[in-house]
Amino acid sequence: MTEPHDPGQQDSRYRLTPEQAKSRRSRNIAIALSVSFLVVLFYVVTVAKLGLGVLNKGW
Amino acid sequence: MSFVTQHDGLSDSMRISSARPSDYLALLKPRVMSLVVLTALAGMLIAPQPPHPVIGFAALLAIAVGAGASGALNMWYDADIDAKMARTATRPVPSGRVTPGEALAFGLVLSALSVFTLCVVTNWLAAGLLAFTIFFYAVIYTMWLKRSTPQNIVIGGAAGAFPPIVGFAAATGSVSIESAVLFAIIFIWTPPHFWALALVKAEDYARAGVPMMPNALGPDRTRLEILIYSIVLAPVGVLPALMGFASLVYGIVATLGGLAMLFYAWRVYRQREGESARKACMSLFGVSILYLFALFLVIVIENGPAALVVRAFSAAFV
Repeated sequence: MTEPHDPGQQDSRYRLTPEQAKSRRSRNIAIALSVSFLVVLFYVVTVAKLGLGVLNKGW
Repeated sequence: MSFVTQHDGLSDSMRISSARPSDYLALLKPRVMSLVVLTALAGMLIAPQPPHPVIGFAALLAIAVGAGASGALNMWYDADIDAKMARTATRPVPSGRVTPGEALAFGLVLSALSVFTLCVVTNWLAAGLLAFTIFFYAVIYTMWLKRSTPQNIVIGGAAGAFPPIVGFAAATGSVSIESAVLFAIIFIWTPPHFWALALVKAEDYARAGVPMMPNALGPDRTRLEILIYSIVLAPVGVLPALMGFASLVYGIVATLGGLAMLFYAWRVYRQREGESARKACMSLFGVSILYLFALFLVIVIENGPAALVVRAFSAAFV
């Protein structure tokens, strides 16, 4: 169990400077965009490799 | 959250990374990537049956990212050299914006991802060739040749010459004499291109302890070798037209470009002192970039957009 937070005690957690927070946010956005792009790319490549005819496949 | 070791002498102290996405992009050497994209695309388009546009795009992206990954591995390993040279001191690792460990991880992850993607999208041969290219650049060139022999960029130039072969393999699953000719053009082009810059930056390379040709064997020998390589390059550059897989337009561009390379190499050979010598070297450096860019751009245009127009015209009127 964690200790209850004492408001009188000094917070020992590291606080990001505005610059660090800004660069971390921009890195996170870049990673999210890259991963999203990869997902779309693999989806489109799969469709291209299989061909649209795969949609007419009888089950 | 990633940490970076401070570059203030306090090696044990840590700070939170302020690296931006642009710093990671810089690790990929975008300008080199753009040339890789162009040359790999040329290799892809000279194939008898170029790939589906979506497959081609994905393959090209994988090849470009693979090239970028090898650039990141190069910057990880060469951070000590880069820090001593004015041209490279502001790169992300020596400037402290990205830690060497981050650059290494970035390079390794992208290497694996690019090879895997190329394998899934195209075939094993292309993926294997891409893996070999990354290995050749990062290990054979960067870790071994660069610091040990003045022939470093001659042999290491093979890494930069591989993309057309990888592109062709991605399209066909094989390697051909045509793609080997494109390889040869880049391979022979690399020494005069790099040595022209090395002549100007000789002091930088000497400070970093890199045995480039001008430092190891002297500027006179370098000038002679630049001229010899340019003499060999000019006819090799015309081979695609002579062998029939590039047009007459390409032949004319390659001939004029080859003559321009010879002219500027001759100027470098003749002008050995002062500002005029420096200008001659920088002119050859610039012309060499234009030369390679023009050759591969013509191949891309005549096998890409121009071929599409011709096919559409033939289908409509013939």
